[in-house]
Amino acid sequence: MRYLPHTAEDIAAMLKAVKIDSLEGLFAHIPKDCRRKEALQIPAALTEWELNIHMDQLAQTMATAPEYKVFLGAGSYRHYVPAAASFLAGRSEFVTAYTPYQPEVSQGTLQAIYEYQTLTARLLGMEVANASQYDGASALAEAMLMAVRVSRKKTVAVSRAVHPTYRQVLATYFEPTDFNIIELPYLSDGTTDVSAIKDMDDLGGVAVQSPNFFGCMENLEAIKSSLPDKKTLLVACFSEPLAYGLYKSPGHSGADIACGEGQSLGIPHTFGGPGLGMFAAKMKYVRNMPGRLVGQTVDKEGNRGHVLTLSTREQHIRREKATSNICTNHSLCALAAVIYMASLGGSGFKKLARLNYDKAEYFKGALQQAGFELPFSRPTFNEFVVAFPDGFEKIYQDLLQKKIIAGLPLVDFYPELKNHYVLCATETTARDDMDTLVKEILQ
Amino acid sequence: MKETLGTTGLVFNEPLLWEKGKKGRSGFSLPRRDVAEHPVDKKLEGPGPDFPDLSEVDVVRHFIRLSQWNFSVDSGMYPLGSCTMKYNPKTNEVQSARPGLAQAHPLLPQQLSQGALRLMYDLEQYLTEITGMDATSLQPAAGAHGELAGMLLFYAYHKSKGAPRSKIIVPDTAHGTNPASAALCGYRSIPIKSNERGVLSPQAVEDIMDTDTAGIMVTNPNTLGLFEENIKAVSDIVHAKGGLVYGDGANMNAIMGIVNMGELGIDVLHLNLHKTFSSPHGGGGPGSGPVCVRKHLEPFLPVPRVIKQKDRYILSEDFPESFGKIHAFYGNVGVMIRAYSYILSMGPENLIKASQLAVLNAAYIKDQLKGTFHLAYDRPCMHECVFSDKLQKPYKVTTLDMVKRLMDYGFHPPTIYFPLVVPGAIMIEPTETESKEDIDQFIESMKAIAREAKENPERLHAAPGKTKRKRLDETLAARKPCLTG
Repeated sequence: MRYLPHTAEDIAAMLKAVKIDSLEGLFAHIPKDCRRKEALQIPAALTEWELNIHMDQLAQTMATAPEYKVFLGAGSYRHYVPAAASFLAGRSEFVTAYTPYQPEVSQGTLQAIYEYQTLTARLLGMEVANASQYDGASALAEAMLMAVRVSRKKTVAVSRAVHPTYRQVLATYFEPTDFNIIELPYLSDGTTDVSAIKDMDDLGGVAVQSPNFFGCMENLEAIKSSLPDKKTLLVACFSEPLAYGLYKSPGHSGADIACGEGQSLGIPHTFGGPGLGMFAAKMKYVRNMPGRLVGQTVDKEGNRGHVLTLSTREQHIRREKATSNICTNHSLCALAAVIYMASLGGSGFKKLARLNYDKAEYFKGALQQAGFELPFSRPTFNEFVVAFPDGFEKIYQDLLQKKIIAGLPLVDFYPELKNHYVLCATETTARDDMDTLVKEILQ
Repeated sequence: MKETLGTTGLVFNEPLLWEKGKKGRSGFSLPRRDVAEHPVDKKLEGPGPDFPDLSEVDVVRHFIRLSQWNFSVDSGMYPLGSCTMKYNPKTNEVQSARPGLAQAHPLLPQQLSQGALRLMYDLEQYLTEITGMDATSLQPAAGAHGELAGMLLFYAYHKSKGAPRSKIIVPDTAHGTNPASAALCGYRSIPIKSNERGVLSPQAVEDIMDTDTAGIMVTNPNTLGLFEENIKAVSDIVHAKGGLVYGDGANMNAIMGIVNMGELGIDVLHLNLHKTFSSPHGGGGPGSGPVCVRKHLEPFLPVPRVIKQKDRYILSEDFPESFGKIHAFYGNVGVMIRAYSYILSMGPENLIKASQLAVLNAAYIKDQLKGTFHLAYDRPCMHECVFSDKLQKPYKVTTLDMVKRLMDYGFHPPTIYFPLVVPGAIMIEPTETESKEDIDQFIESMKAIAREAKENPERLHAAPGKTKRKRLDETLAARKPCLTG
């Protein structure tokens, strides 16, 4: 086996040195009743050639662009990733390193993550960002736990227009705690109705997503001003951070914590993971933040360098008193994101965001012109909700046969939104493809 | 090779991203605009982020130079204890990058995503078989996330019995994530000391186990590299009081096909696919931390679960006792693909052999360095061994000094000052993918450092000398946090 370098001669010499007569003998000290008796029932080893054929067969069954026209967003977005960005993020020196606990031999990862933290803070309009978390859902759950820690209150409110699975993850994290979650309904324009919170005196945090699951931009400033208490934190969540190349960032709209999914920044779908949990906050809350942080310092010779810092918040020092149990973050995804953000630059980021917006606006116009209803009037970014007429489910299935995936049906998550679909257009969606979809539906 | 592995060469300086570039540059080929501009709501419009503008060459040189400041498995031996820094096969990267998998949207209709679902289903079966448990969920995104899943399973199980419990037993050798994960589920950690043999004693567990204790978290082999020989007795005691046994499978690399975790009495076990199953660590993630359970805990596993109906694979939410979800989609599929590719490449015989060679390499290092360094527990070890700086104390040389010097010799340092029960711990896990020659060179380097400790301690205090940066001021970083530029 090519990953196991030991020759029979090596094994014999090493066994002799440790005075054990066989490989099996290395385990003689394990009590007999703890030993496995049965053989391992897994497939026999494949050659690399056979593995390639097998994996190719699995991959062929998957519906992907460009063979399929996929109008899905809903938390995972298709964007063009420059060849240079994928190439750099695949460098062995980044990929096969461990967490940078030994800074003298990890300055590459450390500086890159410091740069990721900086660009993330700038993008989200916040003062400090951590080195990343698992995904948007767990970032939101950790943000709400942080909100109750900071505010010392017991209840949090979350908008129903937040990604449905993020809300499910939040509920799972809160289930064994003493804290409560209330859900806020959405209004007819597609934004959150926060009228219920104004008399609540035990509210630690309010979470809204902007753009939200319907693609609509929330009015964060208005929500901020309706918070019942100075101690209540506004948590702005997102699943499409490219929107902040066009719209005001969460920080500039009053958010205390901004968190969400960063997959759209140069990370492929890969069937939903790994993604990138982005997490940023005001500096005054830094000691309550979960996750790793990289800071700048100097070495013994006075040269600038970077280290993991403020680790007294973390599990390996604080154990049960830590701000979170998180250990591994998504460093390589954070690296991919910072390379992507650097490749776009500030100017490119704005242009790309504008192009996404204009594509979606064109798409909305074409659907409206064809007679379909867009139920929510709020401005959107690159996805939006369409209310199709009764019986559209049949057309949706027919379109699958024609290799068109006409967005995501909302009824599974919102029973009241029958025949409502959320559709997405990014810079990778050609105008011809949008026209084709409209034409096919009309047929 | 006679000469020392570590040397110096031309290393480039490189500023921070925003200290280079020029407004108007771009490293991106913007797709062609085929639609008109549409007006934007002025009240919502923002200025866009303040990022530097860089050319493609600027970006490439920047990150290539940074990459050259990193130590990695692909450049040399990385004997970090409990981290299992084995070789990360390149074919795994090719498989996970296949467009059909990498470009697959997570919300595709299920009939159009059969390949990914089959892969997840089969991987669950393989992991269930390798651990000797009954069912597996791949949803947790990392080891600590798997521990959280395990604690949520404990919580859901006890709640279903009508009596949520408040405490959990955690040995003093445990990784810090154990008590932190338990705390997230509201459990108070009750520490328990390992005995003079470095393992749990049944009596000590008996003394504190009661009906308000949800169970125990055991790492086996433990972080001293020792097999918890009393595990079955410990499990019986915990089960007798209605508790559950959590197995931290971080050290599974020592026992693939050799120990059946289910038979030890373990009810929940998490695995680290980025340790045992060869997916790369990525400088700190992404990982993947599947949880394997015995039958009685299966109803509580997170949803959706992949199930097989005749020849079709479907995602089912229909598990009413499930504790819920801990990931927006299904977990880190990209990491699962690598682990699946690894298991299929290895087959049953090579997985067992990998564990045997991992233990052989550790036993050999333990034997060769015994006497040069103080061995905390002189007993048969599994995949790692733990030394300390006790013999170097008279020369005023610490573990930190010695491992920093090891960098100059061309090796990544072992895990240090952990586990906490060994003062000045040096925890060495070579893994099976290091050859005898490389292990011998590591041993020679460690011996040379022990000699230097006697003869030239100053050199160790000043180490490392050959790295891009010398020792960094961590106190300054924490006292005056500078977290963004």
